[in-house]
Amino acid sequence: MTYKVTEEGNVSTVFLNGEIDMDVTEKAKEVILPLVESGKEVHLNLKDVSYMDSSGISVLIESHQKALENNTKVIVKEVSKSVLKVIMMAKLEQILNLE
Amino acid sequence: MNIEESKDFLVSTASLKEVRVFSREVFEKLKLEQDLKDELVLAIAEAAQNIVKHGYKGVDNTTDRMQIKISMKDSELEIGFFDKGKAVVPGNVQHRKLDDIKPGGLGTFFIKQIMDAAVFKKDKKGWVNHLVLTKKIN
Repeated sequence: MTYKVTEEGNVSTVFLNGEIDMDVTEKAKEVILPLVESGKEVHLNLKDVSYMDSSGISVLIESHQKALENNTKVIVKEVSKSVLKVIMMAKLEQILNLE
Repeated sequence: MNIEESKDFLVSTASLKEVRVFSREVFEKLKLEQDLKDELVLAIAEAAQNIVKHGYKGVDNTTDRMQIKISMKDSELEIGFFDKGKAVVPGNVQHRKLDDIKPGGLGTFFIKQIMDAAVFKKDKKGWVNHLVLTKKIN
C-alpha cells in the first residue's frame, strides 16, 4: 500500500493505493487517524485500492467512529468496485459516508 | 476441471499477499469468473489472517508455517488450512453482530457469507488445526 495526502482548507484527502490487508493497517491508521484527531474533515479516496479485507474495513470503521468523537467526518470517496463489494458484504454502505 | 494444489507459508502478516497470489493463480487455472474469484480469495485470505491473528496471538516472529490446499473435484471446491497454532475450539469461533458497529470481528462473517461450509476437521494429519472450507461451483 502506498498513499498520498493533500490538504485544502480544512479538508485532508488521503489517496490510498494498492491492497489493504492486516499487514498494512497500522500504516494506514498512522496516516489517517492523526488527521481525524486534529479535527479535520478527512476524505479517503479509494479509487486505486484494488483489494481490501476485514482489516481494511476495520480501519474505515475506526476512522468513522474517531471522526464522530472529534465532531468531524470521514468521507469515503471513489470506492473501487471490488472494495464496494466488501463494504456492502459488511452492510456498512449506510453507516460509512460514501460518495 | 479437477485440480489439487497446496503451498506452505510462513505464519506472518507479510505472507497474506503471497496467499492471495497463490489463490489467484489456482483460480485462474480453474477459469472462474472474476467476481467469484475475488470472493474466494477474500475468504482464503480471511482464514489465513485468522491463523496469524488468533492462532498465533502473542507469538512474535514465529518460524512456523501454515499450509493451504486448494482442490476442485466434480465442481466441489475444497480449501484446507493446516496450522500449528493454538488449538481452535470451534464453538468459540463467532463473528460479531453486524449491527454492533465496531472494528474487527468480520473475517469469519465474510467466510460464512462466501463459502457453503466451514468445518474444523478432527483429521489433523499431524497439524494442530485443520479447517476446511467448501463451496459448490456451478
